[in-house]
Amino acid sequence: MVASRAIGSLSRFTASRTLRCSGYICRSFTRASALLTRTHINYGVKGDVAVIRINSPNSKVNTLSQELHSEFMEVMNEVWSSSQIRSAVLISTKPGCFIAGADLNMLNACTTSQEVTQISQEAQKMFEKLEKSTKPVVAAINGSCLGGGLEVGIPAAFDMMLTGRSIRADRAKKMGLVDQLVEPLGPGVKPPEERTIEYLEEVAITFAKGLADKKITPKRDKGLVETFYLTEMTSYALSIPFVRQQIYKKVEEKVQKQTKGLYPAPLKIIDVVKTGIEQGSNAGYLSESQRFGELAMTKESKALMGLYRGQTQCKKNKFGAPQKEVKQLAVLGAGLMGAGIAQVSVDKGLQTILKDTTLPALGRGQQQVFKGLNDKVKKKTLTSFERDAMFSNLIGQLDYRGFEKADMVIEAVFEDLSLKHRVLKETEAVIPDHCVFASNTSALPIGEIATVSKRPEKVIGMHYFSPVDKMQLLEIITTEKTSKDTTASAVDVGLRQGKVIIVVKDGPGFYTTRCLTPMMSEVIRILQEGVGPKKLDSLTTSFGFPVGAATLVDEVGVDVAKHVAENLGKEFGERFAGGSLEMLQQMISKGFLGRKSGKGFYIYQEGVKNKNLNSDMDSILASLKMPSQPDVSSDEDIQYRLVTRFVNEAILCLQEGVLATPTEGDIGAVFGLGFPPCLGGPFHFVDLYGAQKIVDRLRKYEAVYGKQFTPCQLLVDHANNPNKKFYQ
Amino acid sequence: MTSLLTYTFKNLPNTSKWALRFCMRPLSSSSQVQAAAGTTKSKKTLAKPNIRNIVVVDGVRTPFLLSGTSYKDLMPHDLARAALSGLLHRTSVPKDVVDYIIFGTVIQEVKTSNVAREAALGAGFSDKTPAHTVTMACISSNQAMTTAVGLIASGQCDVVVAGGVELMSDIPIRHSRKMRKMMLDLNKAKTLAQRLSVISKFRLNFLSPELPAVSEFSTSETMGHSADRLAAAFAISREEQDEYALRSHSLAKRAQDEGLLSDVVPFKVPGRDTVTQDNGIRPSSLDQMAKLKPAFIKPYGTVTAANSSFLTDGASAVLIMAEEKALAMGYKPKAYLRDFMYVSQDPKDQLLLGPTYATPKVLEKAGLTMNDIDAFEFHEAFSGQILANLKAMDSDWFAQNYMGRKAKVGLPPLEKFNNWGGSLSLGHPFGATGCRLVMAAANRLRKEGGQYGLVAACAAGGQGHAMIVEAYPK
Repeated sequence: MVASRAIGSLSRFTASRTLRCSGYICRSFTRASALLTRTHINYGVKGDVAVIRINSPNSKVNTLSQELHSEFMEVMNEVWSSSQIRSAVLISTKPGCFIAGADLNMLNACTTSQEVTQISQEAQKMFEKLEKSTKPVVAAINGSCLGGGLEVGIPAAFDMMLTGRSIRADRAKKMGLVDQLVEPLGPGVKPPEERTIEYLEEVAITFAKGLADKKITPKRDKGLVETFYLTEMTSYALSIPFVRQQIYKKVEEKVQKQTKGLYPAPLKIIDVVKTGIEQGSNAGYLSESQRFGELAMTKESKALMGLYRGQTQCKKNKFGAPQKEVKQLAVLGAGLMGAGIAQVSVDKGLQTILKDTTLPALGRGQQQVFKGLNDKVKKKTLTSFERDAMFSNLIGQLDYRGFEKADMVIEAVFEDLSLKHRVLKETEAVIPDHCVFASNTSALPIGEIATVSKRPEKVIGMHYFSPVDKMQLLEIITTEKTSKDTTASAVDVGLRQGKVIIVVKDGPGFYTTRCLTPMMSEVIRILQEGVGPKKLDSLTTSFGFPVGAATLVDEVGVDVAKHVAENLGKEFGERFAGGSLEMLQQMISKGFLGRKSGKGFYIYQEGVKNKNLNSDMDSILASLKMPSQPDVSSDEDIQYRLVTRFVNEAILCLQEGVLATPTEGDIGAVFGLGFPPCLGGPFHFVDLYGAQKIVDRLRKYEAVYGKQFTPCQLLVDHANNPNKKFYQ
Repeated sequence: MTSLLTYTFKNLPNTSKWALRFCMRPLSSSSQVQAAAGTTKSKKTLAKPNIRNIVVVDGVRTPFLLSGTSYKDLMPHDLARAALSGLLHRTSVPKDVVDYIIFGTVIQEVKTSNVAREAALGAGFSDKTPAHTVTMACISSNQAMTTAVGLIASGQCDVVVAGGVELMSDIPIRHSRKMRKMMLDLNKAKTLAQRLSVISKFRLNFLSPELPAVSEFSTSETMGHSADRLAAAFAISREEQDEYALRSHSLAKRAQDEGLLSDVVPFKVPGRDTVTQDNGIRPSSLDQMAKLKPAFIKPYGTVTAANSSFLTDGASAVLIMAEEKALAMGYKPKAYLRDFMYVSQDPKDQLLLGPTYATPKVLEKAGLTMNDIDAFEFHEAFSGQILANLKAMDSDWFAQNYMGRKAKVGLPPLEKFNNWGGSLSLGHPFGATGCRLVMAAANRLRKEGGQYGLVAACAAGGQGHAMIVEAYPK
């Protein structure tokens, strides 16, 4: 890859715009009329520079599919054999996307690891040929350039291979991944996206020419002497085997710690790099393709690819466009949730009124929004001007002024039915007829809130997760009376707020809270049986939950947990039983409300990272201690007692029609509740792990604890018929 | 037909033309006269009923010099004073007749933040004449002039001096915010212990200075960078830009040699020789210009030092009066100031497109078309910016998609465009350029013949300005 230089175009602004490039494609065809037969790639020659344009048909993005791959090789061979051509430019004609990585459908279609290995080897050959190209190749990148796409353009960096994080174009330049930046252009005499690509191509051509004429040296400029020494030193150190072993060890330890061994890919990557360095690049390539093949066939890979597809589906509005787009939003309650909702609205340009009843409460909420935006300025993802412009979309007030122009009101007041009723009545007195009233609640049934409404068809539930600006999920709850247009409007607003959305039917706890509650009940029982909070946390995180179960109670808030457990306990009876609510009651009476009060199972202090156990909990735990059941108390059993109750309830939600699709169930569980992503969500988990095995587990626990573990009918059906899958 | 009429009309003896205009005005609302006006459509006057006519009696400027040359030891008010004295000398206006003085400036000297007042006092104007300073980036002195128009039109004043000044040889470089904070705290500290505790917070990095921003505050992009992107967006090549810059320098050189730049007044700089002419006019060759490296987008950009306006020191001033006042005082004014327009748009991608937006609006407001304009004076910030504006005005696509117009604005004919050079060659002292444009238009109309001039300029912040200058009948 020595001879190739990459030119990245700052993609921040162009990435999200729509495609308007038909005119441009036509033009490039006329230049290469003889080569019209190719569908993904065409190329023309400008002077002595071959311009290779990638454009997968009927798709928003270019992916490394087999067709693209073979056409690319064909074109490159022509480039290499032509005496006329001295250099080449690679460019995508799609605004905002170079190559978004491997085609998932292609990988999905493979049934054996050998097939994947073969695909990988072909790709390697392509990259290798590109790397050893005798003619300079310039990759002109506009927009996303991921995975294999990056390898086409740029030699990959170690760090990036492991974590797969995304890098802004200016950072990439600093890291030496790209050589030149071309900033997006504004309006000219044609659409800016189109002209930007043209300009990028023009600049890339001058670079390609310069490289071929040796006017530009392919070496990346190391302006600073220090940088030079540093790289020299590093490469010297790496030549000593002992140092290398130490580095491998350190990296492996770090990866092991971060992934808990649940994600196989990073370790294999280290393995491959090791092989490559120790045994030469050929062995490395071979090992890479084999490991890639193996990885593609793992459950984890299937689960994650499934999640990716699910996420894409939940980013669409299947209810169509609302009759009236929401332009003016109002949020009632400037608490943690209300301010969070306001923040994700104003930063997308939505005019938002934030209303509370007292000035200090309102001020706190406004400050939260400002801080959220200002943190982005500190991270340089926003300019201070953009922040100010966004913040000016927020109007803080104590009265209902301006509500007559609101298109949607989202209430986020305390979880108290009579308060919600009062707020609903007050609001309906001032809002226009078309205005949607959405309630942000985690457990109060929307139908009950809507009983006092004059227009129940306009009432809907929008359950956000805390912290709103970080958590991607939005659970939208429809009652029988909610109109389709109201739903379309809520989904539209949610999508504009950048959320991944599931739409579920109304009922106690909806979907997410309902799945979590039996698991929480089991958490309390396990604690009562003598497993300490730390041990419980480590058992759950090693299963793949991002947050330990005891910590989760602290994060949610002990009072909230108790409130929900009581309510849902009344509704669902014995199935939700398990631990004693007395524990939560005692914690509340002692003021141990979790993180928000500074004490829960753990002690939380500002600025202290390692949290310590709250020793005052010992007496509570001791007083409520129950004998443990040795048959079902191994570490693994404890993990499965938690997970199977969660999964069983999720499947019951699908059975009862609360959930419309298994996809929404998986997305809700992973994005809202932290269900282990490597398992792909409860439904993927059942498909991949096997329904029978889960039913067996449930029966085993049922024998000890009774009805709480009785598998639901739909799960039993799946166990009885191994061909039945949630995902075909 | 029209042109024939125009021609004859143009060649009417001065007296009858004068009489015609005079008798038409009071009757402008009657239908009879409207019919008569129809025959001389393109040459009607822009006088409006019940609004005072406002004239520029005359205007002057100091020679515009490259920063760091002969003016480098001056302060801004020194330059402004030179322009004001020059104006007094040129017009012989009695000092106490001036009702008000307004100056435009961009980079403010903190000691003389109201530079208009400091300069006026020193130039010998009456200390009873109030003065204020305005700022609107590169159209600051345009703002000074239109403020004067407003004061006169509303009857508040009869005689106003408007001008502008910029001294880029010296700019206010500040201590860092941390250092400033420490120094202010130190001021407040009363005891030795308090002072020591303040001083103990000192860190070496407090000493790094703060320069006045050269970049757009809202976008953090420098203007040259934006101009380069603008040129790229309109697909304007380096060669086109160099050619345009060469044209500007060549025309300026010719104008200078032929003595057409009559607004320039000599300035005896204390301790130095008398400066008599602009020193930035340097016609070069395309080959020479092609050798320069890009100044902003490196290494592939197209905007270079040769095709950009340079940092300039200079000041300008014009004497603006109500027409009846000027006539009563026995003046023969040079031009009327007619309709004007300020516009603003996206400061990121359309930073320098102000003229494109302002031109059609001011023409429509005045009831004129592009064909009616005899002298175009556009501010040349960068060759690429001028050429981008010309391309934008010539594009239906741009007009439809960004200006909400059905069709393109139309291209100003280049033979009437900046014929005596422009900011690229004469120089561009930010705060002073507007008055130079107006005087260039007025002087060109007198010299070359013709009735209407159009002045247009872009400014930082994505703003723009255009104004119609009408020749005063000879």
